[in-house]
Amino acid sequence: MKYQPVIGLEVHVQLLTDTKIFCGCSTKFGAEPNSQTCPVCLGLPGALPVLNKKVVEFAIKAGLSTNCSITPRSIFARKNYFYPDLPKGYQISQFEDPICQHGWLDIAVDGDTVKRIGITRIHMEEDAGKLVHGELSGPGDGSGVDLNRACTPLLEVVSEPDLRTSDEAVTYLKQLHQIVTWLGICDGNMEEGSFRCDANVSVMPVGSNTLGTRAEIKNVNSFKFVKQAIEYEIQRQIDLIEDGGTVVQETRLFDPNSGTTRSMRSKEEAHDYRYFPDPDLVPLVISDEWINRSRQELPELPEQRRQRFMDELGLPLYDAEVLTASRALADYFEAGIAAHSNAKAVGNWIMGEITRALNDSGTAIEACPIAPGQLAELLTLIDNGTISGKIAKTVFDEMWRSGKAPQVIVEEQGLVQVSDGDAIERMIDEIMAANAGQVDEYRSGKEKVFGFFVGQVMKASKGKANPSVVNELLLGKLKG
Amino acid sequence: MEMTVTDVEYVARLARLELSLKEKELFAGQMGAILGYVEKLKELNTDGIVPTSHAVPMENSFREDIVFSPIGLEKALANAPDRAGSFFAVPKVIE
Repeated sequence: MKYQPVIGLEVHVQLLTDTKIFCGCSTKFGAEPNSQTCPVCLGLPGALPVLNKKVVEFAIKAGLSTNCSITPRSIFARKNYFYPDLPKGYQISQFEDPICQHGWLDIAVDGDTVKRIGITRIHMEEDAGKLVHGELSGPGDGSGVDLNRACTPLLEVVSEPDLRTSDEAVTYLKQLHQIVTWLGICDGNMEEGSFRCDANVSVMPVGSNTLGTRAEIKNVNSFKFVKQAIEYEIQRQIDLIEDGGTVVQETRLFDPNSGTTRSMRSKEEAHDYRYFPDPDLVPLVISDEWINRSRQELPELPEQRRQRFMDELGLPLYDAEVLTASRALADYFEAGIAAHSNAKAVGNWIMGEITRALNDSGTAIEACPIAPGQLAELLTLIDNGTISGKIAKTVFDEMWRSGKAPQVIVEEQGLVQVSDGDAIERMIDEIMAANAGQVDEYRSGKEKVFGFFVGQVMKASKGKANPSVVNELLLGKLKG
Repeated sequence: MEMTVTDVEYVARLARLELSLKEKELFAGQMGAILGYVEKLKELNTDGIVPTSHAVPMENSFREDIVFSPIGLEKALANAPDRAGSFFAVPKVIE
């Protein structure tokens, strides 16, 4: 039998606020355990949570950027369960009436087909604390609880089960990742858990209308693992069914070392969360004015910018996609074209030399030592014939190292291109005299030798000879 | 409204409570009486009435995103039954 996988993703987005969602404790990563806590996030009796306004603003932005409608009146609910990292015995979340609903993202599948992936809801909630095992300074072999992370603001973005392959899931996830980092509401760091994904996976016979029983896979903290985990889980379920077994609804943990998933805890029983409205938090009412204000504050989103780069600057799709990989990169590009009119050339240098140098040195574009304006100056030096494209790479490397302006480097190192015909002619004469054999070869029809002569002239001029002048003169002389 | 011992056991497990059979029977009767009382409300016609989520007519109470000083590690751990360094110490939990 052929099977159709069905996948839905639940993504937790940690918000880039300075403080927690319901108290003023810092959210800074890496502090001493339990040093960033207060009665609210410790869950002490009588403490009163108060909603961080910025969390709401971020949630609205995320909703508007994913085509959601913003719920005019939403409430917070208590999700009740016991776990040592949850001090109150309940998590404050949203259940009925989440802040954003009914959105979608359009993703590209198989090249140019566009597929719409529904977003059921986006809700606000608090994170739990962190459990550590086996690294305690005290005696015993228990676990340790660090509540610094407790009450950190999260958005949970729940997709419809519209995804059909692991590739679609990764594409959707990358697009969502790009949007939240672009908006500046999440740092997107998957390793540190700022952007984490649970995948709901089931399979059903092709042509069936009834969804199979799903398993929820947790702990997939990279795009690569999402793909691996989903593919493993699909195959596991198919094998299970083929062998006459049945899939049970459960939570499974992905193990990145083996690339497999294993059962974590049965979800069949005890998952009765008894949600009810949290009486400590008053309803959240969002006016049309507020929504409109947020809409006006939204930056131009990656998709819109990509389209503009293609329509207005005539960039090919590939270039437009690469240059909008992050907002900072797109901003860099735009600053570059503000100082240099050839968008394609600026783009090529950013996608080529700049990206290579950033990768080699592990530098982020935000910290690029070459300002966009300086890159534009370098391109201008090529355009007006001051330096050749080849020398430009040397100048670029020096700019990267020293931070000096390209003009300064060219002058200091005497890199100005030699376009003077007489000087080049003299070099050619000397080279032809010293390589009479190759001259004869060329004249007897072996035109490939031409490249040898170009190389010799460039060498003699230390790369400074103007290549088109060299070609022209050389051709004339060799033809005799 | 009828509450059985099984119902009480289910709720007790969710609340991590251990009850004797005598207690279960006692609570089944008491909880049944409470639910029966609430059940009376169903006799009212509530068509078109928005469910009340909060008793106080208030909305939009916010704080700004400004860091305040934490209470400090020692105070945070002061009530803990057990600690290990800067952590709350709990029995081993591993998934």
